[in-house]
Amino acid sequence: MATARFRQRSSYINHAILIFMALTIILPLLVLAFNSIKPSSEFGANPLGFPNEIRLMNYYDAWVNGNYTQIFTNSLTLVIGTLILNLTVSGLAAFSLAVLNPKGIQTIVVGLYLLVGISIPAQLFILPLFLMWKTLYLLDTRIGLIIIYSALNAPFATFLIRSYMLQLPTELFEAAKLDGASVMQLFTRVALPLSWPVFLTTALIVSLTVWNEFLFAITFIITDEYKPISSILFTFQSRFANDYGLVSAASILMAAPIAILFMFFQRRFIAGLTSGATKG
Amino acid sequence: MPKFLTSINAISWYFLFPVIFIHFFVVAFPSILSLLLCLTDWNGFGRINYVGLENFQELFRDRVFKKAVKHNIIWTVMFLTIPVIVALTIAYLLTGIKRGQLFYRLVYFFPYILASIVNCLIWRYIFHPRHGLGGWFENQGIDFLAKSPFAMKETALYAVAWVDMWHFWGFLVIIYLTGMYQVDDSLYEAADIEGATKFQKFRYITLPMIRPIFVLSLIIIIIWSVPTFDYVYILTMGGPAYSSEVVANHLYSQAFQRMNVGYASTIGVMMFFYVGIIVGFFAILRRMGWEV
Repeated sequence: MATARFRQRSSYINHAILIFMALTIILPLLVLAFNSIKPSSEFGANPLGFPNEIRLMNYYDAWVNGNYTQIFTNSLTLVIGTLILNLTVSGLAAFSLAVLNPKGIQTIVVGLYLLVGISIPAQLFILPLFLMWKTLYLLDTRIGLIIIYSALNAPFATFLIRSYMLQLPTELFEAAKLDGASVMQLFTRVALPLSWPVFLTTALIVSLTVWNEFLFAITFIITDEYKPISSILFTFQSRFANDYGLVSAASILMAAPIAILFMFFQRRFIAGLTSGATKG
Repeated sequence: MPKFLTSINAISWYFLFPVIFIHFFVVAFPSILSLLLCLTDWNGFGRINYVGLENFQELFRDRVFKKAVKHNIIWTVMFLTIPVIVALTIAYLLTGIKRGQLFYRLVYFFPYILASIVNCLIWRYIFHPRHGLGGWFENQGIDFLAKSPFAMKETALYAVAWVDMWHFWGFLVIIYLTGMYQVDDSLYEAADIEGATKFQKFRYITLPMIRPIFVLSLIIIIIWSVPTFDYVYILTMGGPAYSSEVVANHLYSQAFQRMNVGYASTIGVMMFFYVGIIVGFFAILRRMGWEV
């Protein structure tokens, strides 16, 4: 009885600590949300609290003055382009490493190559890459950035898809081979339909990293018209330096698609992001 | 077609070719270029002169670089302690509760999926000298807290690290939780019978059992601290007066503002060697049977 009461009290303390830590995250986010609907006149008197007068026009201003239709299209183009290119090359490679020749020398060589590739800091190659892209006329184009993003995410995607495909029963492939399926058909008809869950997880993580990516976005896209949302938001903080309502609304517009996806696919996001770390 | 081109061995190479090609083109080839360019004084156009190890000598005399390295070390030490301790504690507390666990996990993890620019804008505003907390402190008459910590030499680096840690620690919670749920419950039950306290159970059961994942998290932190860039660049640009300059930032300004290709490559090569040594060190530890 005494221990039960003690347990209960200690569980209150636990919850108190957990709630406190949750508040350190929720409150700053709330401030951002409040600011996004606050008229600029109110910022001086009421910096952190809920606005006295709600002004949803901040979102409209951000959308129109910030030219968000264009910017969203840019970011979406980068995401979709990267998904297509990255998932294709990574899917093919993972299929080869997991199904075609899992015990071959390829697995060791390519696996080692990609592992080294993950640990190279971007700063080592960003400048020569920049000069290469300049000579190839890929600088300041969205396709140029798509190629970079696809390559940067390729090791992670390949490892993740491979680890899933390794669990597929080999009998399925043997049976399909007996029915006369070609190697390409083994990939498109057997491996792909069976491993859609891992492709979905990979797609979510790749979309997240591309949408949020900053370093390559500010370096490789110079024209405002082609800039994705992360680098345009960076220019906003000086362009609309005194209009915090607009900048906050613009930030929320950037975070919203990710937050919504996260709500629907939280398990996949968390599993994908942590597996990327524990394998890298 | 000759048989060796259609053998399963050859076909498996065809499937690997696209990924190798694109990754070599974007990462490996320019990395090799960097390794060569660090021996030159190239400035992006004009003649490329071989200068041997002169860039490295200059680097060791470069006071900003030394400062940046020091800041990177401080950064790494901060990340190895504060978020790790917080995340371990929180993850351990989370294993003890049943109701609301999912909610806490989602909240803690949420900032990790937000873009660096969004996180920076949130905190830049909160620390704003007039509109944010600064203004509030000023109204209360606490003037010394009214300045933005990003604008003061003494605090800039720590303020930037604070924002990055705020975004990062929830990720560690999830990693540690995964490890803690793999610990066999019977161990705790046995400890309960022996009358172990909560702390004792943590110290003598949880910590040893999650050691592999714990060590891994430390390696990740060390490696990820090296190229740290976004938060410093967005919040302070390394200032004021280089008080928050980190190595990646120094490289970036040498590369893209001054076009010192040779010199910037030298910094990149140093970063690469450092990461290589860390990775190699842990690979050797693992080879020696250290379960890390």
